Amino acid sequence: MTLSVSLRHAFPGFSLDVAFEAPKGVTALFGRSGSGKTTVVNAVAGLLRPDAGRIVLDETVLLDSARQVFLPPHRRRLGYVFQEGRLFPHLTVSQNLRYAQWFAPAKRRRDFDRVVELLGLGSLLDRRPLYLSGGEKQRVAIGRALLSAPSMLLMDEPLAALDTARKAEILPWLERLRDETHLPILYVSHSLPEVARLATTVVLLDGGRILRTGPVTELLSDPDVAPALGIRDAGSLLTARIAAQEPDGLTRLDSPAGPLWLPKIARPDGATVRVRIAAQDVMLARTRPMEISALNVLPVTISAIRTDQSASALIQLSAGGDHILARITRRSLTVLQLAEGDRLFAVIKSVSVADESVGLTGP
Amino acid sequence: MADWLSPSDWQAVALSLRVALWATLVSLPLGIFVAWLLARKEFWGKSLLNGLVHLPLILPPVVTGYLLLLTFGRRGWAGGFLEQFGIVFAFRWTGAALACGVMAFPLMVRAIRLSIEAVDPRLEQASATLGARPILVFLTVTLPLILPGIIAGAILAFAKAMGEFGATITFVSNIPGETQTLPSAIYALLQVPGGDEPAARLVGISIAIAMLALLLSEWIARAVARRIAAG
Repeated sequence: MTLSVSLRHAFPGFSLDVAFEAPKGVTALFGRSGSGKTTVVNAVAGLLRPDAGRIVLDETVLLDSARQVFLPPHRRRLGYVFQEGRLFPHLTVSQNLRYAQWFAPAKRRRDFDRVVELLGLGSLLDRRPLYLSGGEKQRVAIGRALLSAPSMLLMDEPLAALDTARKAEILPWLERLRDETHLPILYVSHSLPEVARLATTVVLLDGGRILRTGPVTELLSDPDVAPALGIRDAGSLLTARIAAQEPDGLTRLDSPAGPLWLPKIARPDGATVRVRIAAQDVMLARTRPMEISALNVLPVTISAIRTDQSASALIQLSAGGDHILARITRRSLTVLQLAEGDRLFAVIKSVSVADESVGLTGP
Repeated sequence: MADWLSPSDWQAVALSLRVALWATLVSLPLGIFVAWLLARKEFWGKSLLNGLVHLPLILPPVVTGYLLLLTFGRRGWAGGFLEQFGIVFAFRWTGAALACGVMAFPLMVRAIRLSIEAVDPRLEQASATLGARPILVFLTVTLPLILPGIIAGAILAFAKAMGEFGATITFVSNIPGETQTLPSAIYALLQVPGGDEPAARLVGISIAIAMLALLLSEWIARAVARRIAAG
């Protein structure tokens, strides 16, 4: 399943001109508010008819302005999860779900009970949307989109309207969705932690243009992309396997960069997780530090150094095939006389890796 | 109970109820469609349609009645055409229903249009992305959500039709048993000596029916709104 998109559309004071491919897995459309993310998704859904473009999902041509093809939204079979849920207020949760199922072609119909189980909706079925919390509404909205038997899911900032606790509640469901349904997902977000947890591929948008696209691990650990992502949020992804739960509450993980000890991750041994390490939480040392409280000391090699006018510098470190980003001051850079190719030790405090920075790996 | 109203009074009450009911029921589907057009669609001539719908509200009723007579009378172009199919409006109760329907139409359309405009179009979009054709979007999302507005519009139109006088008497005259509705009967009674007392009884009935209609509409609309929002 591959979605290929190329679009041109002009609004007063804003123009969109993008072309990208979304392979299977989660493709995150990432960018600031007003960068054109929602416009792209609406065009894919058929809610917006762009000036020109071509959108193809596998063999199905959804839009081809050159050939005057425009498939209306109800014939595109894309499950759209909106930022505000958009549940039907006059129907119960169960009726909202059945509504979607009713329009699904009989032979592709999904099992109602399995979707209810997948998203934990069992206790909500008889309620009206008015009496649901924000997080519950979004879960129902996701279930409703799934039951319409879509060939692909579109999600427009499904977590943006939720507080941190509700986000943390939904994220595992989204991971489950990604890993168990095998539906390609186009996911709009302006939150880097979300993208780091869910995305397989990232399309970076700015001002209606694409800055970069690529696999999430590659993009997030690229110091040249970091400024566009927001330097404060910069951080890289490590893929690691859970090795053991230790008696003092820590979890030991094996990563290509070396062993990591993190606060308890409630996953079985052998499970692979992705761990986001914020660049500002990484310290660098010329020699292996002794008698320090930080537990994770990884041998690394500098693969790139980026400085700009600010007081800080971004250092890309290669560690056993993976990359780690470190953000240090330019003063430290000068004092330590760091240069590409230098062998160093990266120091990461266990407790700096927050719970929500650890996610399941994609397919 | 029938003692204090003469058979001809009862005839007027029954006729009024029948005329108002038919006027409301027949114009309702058209009213919903026009309200939807005005609320949701952009098209050439929209202002013209809007003006045309509202004209009976502003024109002197006698003018509306006269125009109906010109159009739907025996010699009118529409009247002559419809007569071939056995549909006659002139000096029949059906004509009274037509006049009442036309006069009440703007009130009905306004109420329904406002309720359609209050429906979040994003819910309709959501329905479309789930696979619903436009007509099904309307039937499954828009229509249930505007039900209170439709009820309010229908009852408003019914009450207006019950009280319509000018256009009706101009178009179909004041024939007891055929076109003499409640207001026409009151008017006729007031024209003869000693008619004050029976007229007062009919006035009382008019007020009672109007009050009842308003209370009923309030009650139904509130019940429906409760079911839609909360249930």
